[in-house]
Amino acid sequence: MIRLLTLLLCLLAGPALAQAPGDAAYARLASDSYAEIEAGIVGLGASGDPRAGAVIGALADGRLLSRPADRALFIRDGSGLVEARTGAPASAEGLKPVRANNKVRRAIEAAMGGLNLTSPDPGKRREAADAMFKARDAGALPALDAALAKEADASVRRALTEARAAVILARPGAAEPERLAAIQTIAGRGDGDALGLLRALSADPSEAVRAAADRGVRTVETRLALIGAAQNVWYGISLGSVLLLAAIGLAITFGVMGIINMAHGEMVMLGAYTTFLVQGAIRAHAPALSEWSLAASIPAAFLVAGAVGVLIERSVIRHLYGRPLETLLATFGISLVLQQGVRSIFGPTNREVSAPAFMTGAFDLFGLSITWGRLWIVVFSFGVFLGLLFVLRRTSFGLKTRAVTQNRRMAAAMGIRTPLVDALTFGLGSGIAGIAGVALSQIDNVSPNLGQGYIIDSFLVVVFGGVGNLWGTLVAALTLGVANKLFEPYLGAVLAKIALLVFIILFIQKRPRGLFALKGRAVES
Amino acid sequence: MGATLPRPALVDLKGRIFLGALAAICLAVPLLNLVVPEGSGLHLPTYLVSLFGKYLAFALLALSLDLVWGYCGILSLGHGAFFGLGGYAMGMYLMRQIGPRGVYGNPVLPDFMVFLNYTELPWYWLGFDRFPFAALMVLAVPGLLAFVFGWLAFRSRVTGVYLSIITQAMTFALMLAFFRNDMGLGGNNGLTDFKDILGFPVQAQGVRVALFLATAAALAIGYLIARFMTVSAYGKVLIAVRDAEPRTRFLGYRPEAYKTLAFVVSAMMAGVAGALYVPQVGIINPSEFAPTNSIEAVIWVAVGGRGTLVGAALGAILVNYAKTLLTGALPDAWLFALGALFVLVTLFLPKGIVGTAIERFGSRRAAARLPPEPEIPGKLAEEGRG
Repeated sequence: MIRLLTLLLCLLAGPALAQAPGDAAYARLASDSYAEIEAGIVGLGASGDPRAGAVIGALADGRLLSRPADRALFIRDGSGLVEARTGAPASAEGLKPVRANNKVRRAIEAAMGGLNLTSPDPGKRREAADAMFKARDAGALPALDAALAKEADASVRRALTEARAAVILARPGAAEPERLAAIQTIAGRGDGDALGLLRALSADPSEAVRAAADRGVRTVETRLALIGAAQNVWYGISLGSVLLLAAIGLAITFGVMGIINMAHGEMVMLGAYTTFLVQGAIRAHAPALSEWSLAASIPAAFLVAGAVGVLIERSVIRHLYGRPLETLLATFGISLVLQQGVRSIFGPTNREVSAPAFMTGAFDLFGLSITWGRLWIVVFSFGVFLGLLFVLRRTSFGLKTRAVTQNRRMAAAMGIRTPLVDALTFGLGSGIAGIAGVALSQIDNVSPNLGQGYIIDSFLVVVFGGVGNLWGTLVAALTLGVANKLFEPYLGAVLAKIALLVFIILFIQKRPRGLFALKGRAVES
Repeated sequence: MGATLPRPALVDLKGRIFLGALAAICLAVPLLNLVVPEGSGLHLPTYLVSLFGKYLAFALLALSLDLVWGYCGILSLGHGAFFGLGGYAMGMYLMRQIGPRGVYGNPVLPDFMVFLNYTELPWYWLGFDRFPFAALMVLAVPGLLAFVFGWLAFRSRVTGVYLSIITQAMTFALMLAFFRNDMGLGGNNGLTDFKDILGFPVQAQGVRVALFLATAAALAIGYLIARFMTVSAYGKVLIAVRDAEPRTRFLGYRPEAYKTLAFVVSAMMAGVAGALYVPQVGIINPSEFAPTNSIEAVIWVAVGGRGTLVGAALGAILVNYAKTLLTGALPDAWLFALGALFVLVTLFLPKGIVGTAIERFGSRRAAARLPPEPEIPGKLAEEGRG
């Protein structure tokens, strides 16, 4: 209704102003009447005056002042004043601001939209086109056509065409072929807005339009369903990469060494707290480098968690080799001590770890919305995985690790210092867990309980993938992550999780040694 | 084959000491609470009676865990699930006994259901207004879950670490499920605010003492059942399964049947423990299903001595007593102490208190000879080939 009124006013005011576009519009802006101000805005917007944008923008910000005596207009610019029409510096007394009410503000928006359509910045033009797509204001058609005629940028052109199609569909009197073409364009856009527009046509009097709209709806729905599924798969990969990060250290300590390391979650937590400390130190001593604090945290977290891991291995676990269930108890005890230790030092509340700029924000990929933070975590977890794979398969240390875990006595006979290898391997697994903590500090609360939330999932991932098999861990983490997110829309988050737990329990019955079971005599215990 | 091995007495020396001590407590607690006047220095306050009752319920849980872990090699990290299910069955009975005395005054629906806009009782609540049915469910629900879970797992020969981890997954899944409001079991808050049990007010002094005595009796009966099972011919096979499952299988036994029976009996005992625990502490909520609770129960058994039954009960009582003392005096220190206890016991007292005592002072024959767990060779990184 209000839009119609504005439109009406615009149409009425248009011809009157055409005789002396600029002058009359400026005079009206200086008026006391809201209706006059509104008409002034519309006139100025249509005048093509190069100062129009600045003047209307100033009005929007409340920086446009008028002198009642001679209806002159000024813009407050920082501390000084400039003459509104010329932009020349000026000084004046007895000024009062040009007022605005809601109708005036709407007129400002509409005028700015129209002005932006001719802005030199393609981003601004696109935004204006999108705004017009949403507004579907029939009065904007000439402006759109004009803009379309001289638009060179392809993406802006598309936005303009879509806005034009939306306007045509919303306008009652358009010819049928034109409407059919518009439907094509809208269906090509293929998002939720397009769906709404096309659905609104289901009661159209023309049968051809109805049929075309119906086809369009189906196309868009299919596309949206695909995008929805793809989005869920992406969320699943993202969750899977978190599971992978959490589990990968455990794939070493539990999977390779056979230690049921219940303190694994606490290694992750130590990594997260290290990140917190490193960030704090960098902020205090070298604020210029704070963008890099996360990168600096990675080696720090590896060293801290790895050192704690070596300490644990040397002091406790080495006495318990060959008694896997007892390592479970001892490491659970260690996890309680670590949790309480961190709680005593840092307090029970969450600590703030900030995200660097490159990890904030999101971008759009074929209709999928992808946040940078999640993307980096996915990349990071695959990087850690490949790095670990490299260490185990291509380095002398990895060779010794495999030798010791496969046949300790034989390895010792070959001159490998097995205690050292044990300690370093456990340290490696713990260090990797610490690195995971750096990434998880970005998406989870850094609190003493951080590790608790991951320990069960981590074990399930390793067991599901098959103990002693890094690739199995990778596949298991991604499978569980994607399955979880695909179930979630149907079952809800909690039931999806329960369903997965039940699935794993049943799966273990079928394949008691996981997805990728090791074969051979080493398996039989 | 029983001809060459003399069958041990049902109640041996440590059993006699255990049952004797239990009888003494059962005599002393009512006496000190009900007979000794309140002003006297010897008077036992009622809250302590319930606290001891709680310890005894935990002792029964530990006993049930020892039956499967100590004699059958099944390290269950999900026994808290059976305990919790038994507790919920009892809690549902107690909820129904509240009747119209709830905040909303609904004669049928418990308060939380009124609050969540239930119009009628969900089907699984039917029958819980009657004690015999509830008592049956205390045994049947954990027993059935243990049967299904155990039968599936043991038949597929899921053993060792894998079994431990899926039992943990089981209790974790149950915890998530019980946290849901849609479950119709009180969600996050669980079941609480109980009024009556069998027509008597649950808060009354006499009822508290009666619950304590019932728990002690359940513990004694549980001990006798477990002892009977383990000294019988069945128990011999069970131990054989624990020590060398494939060999026992080759001799023609079906290990899965032996294990499943032990698992089911153990789960029922845990259920009874939960059912006796709930009226004494006055609440049951989903955190009972938390995996850490189950692991803590394993610690009790380890501290007391795995494979001794008496030791498990003793361990539960000692650890919980220490917990009460420490959380009162030094709340921050409790987790340090518990954590250190886990580490020290596994390192220096692998047979637990009772196991070590038997080894040092007892007869050779009576000692539960626990062989070291078979070494798991070469878990190894076979990525090179994989």
